[in-house]
Amino acid sequence: MRVSERCAAVVLWLALLLAGSLGAQADGWESALTKFAGDSYNDTDAAIAGIAASGNPLAAGVIEALQEGRLYFGDDKRIYTRDKAGKLSDAATGQPAEAAATSLKPVRINNRIRRSIEAALGGLTLLSPDPARRLEAAQAVFKSKDVKALAALEQAIGKETDAGIKRALEEARAAVLLYSANATEGAKLEAVGQMRRRGDQDARGLLAALPADQPETVQRAVADAMVAIDNRLAAWGVVQNLWYGLSLGSVLLLAAIGLAITFGVMGVINMAHGEMVMLGAYTTFLVQELIRGSAPWLFDYSLAIAIPLAFLVAALVGIAIERGVIRFLYGRPLETLLATWGISLILQQAVRTSFGPTNREVGAPHFMAGAFELGGLTITWNRLWIIVFAGIIFVLLLAALRFTTLGLHMRAVTQNRRMSSAMAIPTGRIDALTFALGSGIAGLAGVALSQIDNVSPNLGQGYIIDSFLVVVFGGVGNLWGTLVGALSLGVANKFLEPYAGAVLGKILLLVIVILFIQKRPRGLFALKGRAVEA
Amino acid sequence: MITRRLLEAPDGRGRIFLGLLLALAVVVPVLNLALPPASPLHVPTSTVALWGKYLCYALLALSLDLVWGYCGILSLGHGAFFALGGYAMGMYLMRQIGSRGVYAHPVLPDFMVFLNWPELPFYWWGFNWFGYALAMVFLVPGALAFVFGWFAFRSRVTGVYLSIITQALTYALMLGFFRNNFGFGGNNGLTDFKDILGFNVQSAPTRAALFALSALALAGSYLIAQAVVRSKAGKILVAVRDQESRTRFLGYRVENYKTFVFTLSAAMAALAGALYVPQVGIINPSEFAPANSIEVVIWVAVGGRGTLLGAALGAVLVNFAKTTFTTGLLAPYWLFALGGLFVLVTIFLPKGILGLVGKRPPRASPAADTQTPRMNGQGARRGAGRVGDGPGDARALLRQTPATGIAQPAE
Repeated sequence: MRVSERCAAVVLWLALLLAGSLGAQADGWESALTKFAGDSYNDTDAAIAGIAASGNPLAAGVIEALQEGRLYFGDDKRIYTRDKAGKLSDAATGQPAEAAATSLKPVRINNRIRRSIEAALGGLTLLSPDPARRLEAAQAVFKSKDVKALAALEQAIGKETDAGIKRALEEARAAVLLYSANATEGAKLEAVGQMRRRGDQDARGLLAALPADQPETVQRAVADAMVAIDNRLAAWGVVQNLWYGLSLGSVLLLAAIGLAITFGVMGVINMAHGEMVMLGAYTTFLVQELIRGSAPWLFDYSLAIAIPLAFLVAALVGIAIERGVIRFLYGRPLETLLATWGISLILQQAVRTSFGPTNREVGAPHFMAGAFELGGLTITWNRLWIIVFAGIIFVLLLAALRFTTLGLHMRAVTQNRRMSSAMAIPTGRIDALTFALGSGIAGLAGVALSQIDNVSPNLGQGYIIDSFLVVVFGGVGNLWGTLVGALSLGVANKFLEPYAGAVLGKILLLVIVILFIQKRPRGLFALKGRAVEA
Repeated sequence: MITRRLLEAPDGRGRIFLGLLLALAVVVPVLNLALPPASPLHVPTSTVALWGKYLCYALLALSLDLVWGYCGILSLGHGAFFALGGYAMGMYLMRQIGSRGVYAHPVLPDFMVFLNWPELPFYWWGFNWFGYALAMVFLVPGALAFVFGWFAFRSRVTGVYLSIITQALTYALMLGFFRNNFGFGGNNGLTDFKDILGFNVQSAPTRAALFALSALALAGSYLIAQAVVRSKAGKILVAVRDQESRTRFLGYRVENYKTFVFTLSAAMAALAGALYVPQVGIINPSEFAPANSIEVVIWVAVGGRGTLLGAALGAVLVNFAKTTFTTGLLAPYWLFALGGLFVLVTIFLPKGILGLVGKRPPRASPAADTQTPRMNGQGARRGAGRVGDGPGDARALLRQTPATGIAQPAE
């Protein structure tokens, strides 16, 4: 009894396959079309199925017209399409047609019909010459799991040359087979295997939503596949968190590294550091504005042009602050903190008055737009470039400190200011240059942050507390401390987020850092020796 | 004996200040309530509320001056204690609304009904009793300050590091209180108060009474703070501010003094918050914003750090200026003015307004001069400018040990 049922099922399935591949008869097309004139949803549904099965080259156009409300039927039961320019043509032949405009009624659709339309279009565009549309269609079928698309799928798989699209097509077939009541056990097992290889959230969802009335072997395979997918997803989740953490860490590194230098060398907490970042971002905005206005072809180079300018602008403002204010406050770090806070208020308000309080749009050059896939990971280009940028700046700074005279002097002053002074190092000038360098790097950070954050007068405020924590956590006088501090805070933040939520994760992190400071009051990489004050 | 100590503490200027506060506490309510609105001497209720607010700010500034001016602890998170005290009072006021809220729930405050809380969370229990709420006003911020100070001071977190983690503390609290599921009204905070101890919060007599209470609280806190800084322990505090390591080497448990004064100061800030909330009628998480706490520091700096009186004076002056600025045509320039104030005061007025009219001539202390970390001729200027010269009593203690250059200025 069961065997005979299964045989019947196989026969039916084969018949369906046959009907699909051979169903290009002209009368099938005509008779399906006329059903649109029935003016009932059931007739329309049947018409869509008939058209999709007909294989007529005009089919996709007709169904698209239906989807967009451009399909009409006349009193004579003939069907017309109106193209986007408003020109009427006969749906059956595609020839221009004349009809009294008053007698035309549009074919109505509802949500059920829309679903059928999408499924049918998915099947029809599977054979489109445009690879992007084929991929889209394969994904649409994967979602709709419409049995009617199976024939077109088989045909498309046979013809497909692109390996990526072929895989998508095969996955769509697997999805259809899994949900088809008529597929054999073997086909279903094969399909489960396919899903397991795909191994993403969609595949898992598809397997999880599978009706329970499956053969036992299939059910076992599904359960196994789901466990495998879960493990894979968990592994990729860790990788993804690491990546996000790295990305956040690089942003923190950019924002904090300038602060670390000035704090290390001068013992000065620069509360206006965030505003230097903001100035860098606004410089980028101005450069892009100029380029948009006068030389649009330069747009892809706008960031390259903005980088030196932002450095200069921020560095000059930095020198002005150092010479104008901070110089008078040496030996009083807490007062410096207050004065620079005042400067940050002034800078913010100045930018607000001249550029307005709203966000300014900074565009991305085309090499920074978009994303690519790496295994189960989606990597956006702008994040990748920011990590690279942060790395380059870090290495350059490290080299500058290690191999230049200025770097030597800066390190000397960091370790022992009075002894450096006794060795004829002009500590006043070193201070000014250090402050300019730190501010300039903040300007560079602004160029990078303009790509991922809103360019507004408050841009710097959002980073200042995090940057402080990085510096305090990493310890002063050592760039590696800043690197380790930034990356570990970034990664820790992203790993806490899924468990505690974004805000609670951040609170937890603040508490952890506060506790950490108790343990090591001078940070991870603390300076040792006489230079360290009480 | 304690009373005598308290009353003997203030000096001449302090007595004037106390007298002024007491007079305000009596005269302003009388002028507000007894005179008809048409009278030229009548003080409108809005002015009473506004100046009540200033007095609360003055108390907050006073509490900060106690730790910053006398112990060198620059707390950038004092707004947190102020806000916690305010929340404790706000919770009492919320419970007093009772069934008069929008949703008319007999127990739950409106926002809890709105967010589908099934019942009152445990930390809200007891807040319908004023006494309990008042105890919490002091206990919660005090305990937080004690625990925080205990850990921070024992591991010798000082200077800018301490400032940064106090800032992180108030920032973390702000993020927390912004969350709805924290149970403190989230973004909107606590508001729409009706009664305090059975009196209508909005009515003129209640406002006048709150004003008088604020003046008295400021006077009382000033007395306590003055008694503390005049005591022997106060001299140790100043020693800690000026030469922390040396004080430690002399055998004093620096961390105990610091924790004590930090906790006391937090309790005063909390009292200010508790008086502030019924007068402004709202408390929300933006009170925890780090920027607010930094603003308090500038009040103290403007008035004169390490003088107590100056802190109160600075708070009233800056806030009066703020009200004048932000209500007029000059509103867009207020931040310029405030920013400029930060810069100018730190450079040109390191001792604040009170330092301008002060009677003490700047003393060039030998310790400050031999320890200038830089040798390019700015030493004299800095010696004169160091705020450490405040009440110089600690110098005598420190002068016994010659400056050896081992220890650097504690700041």
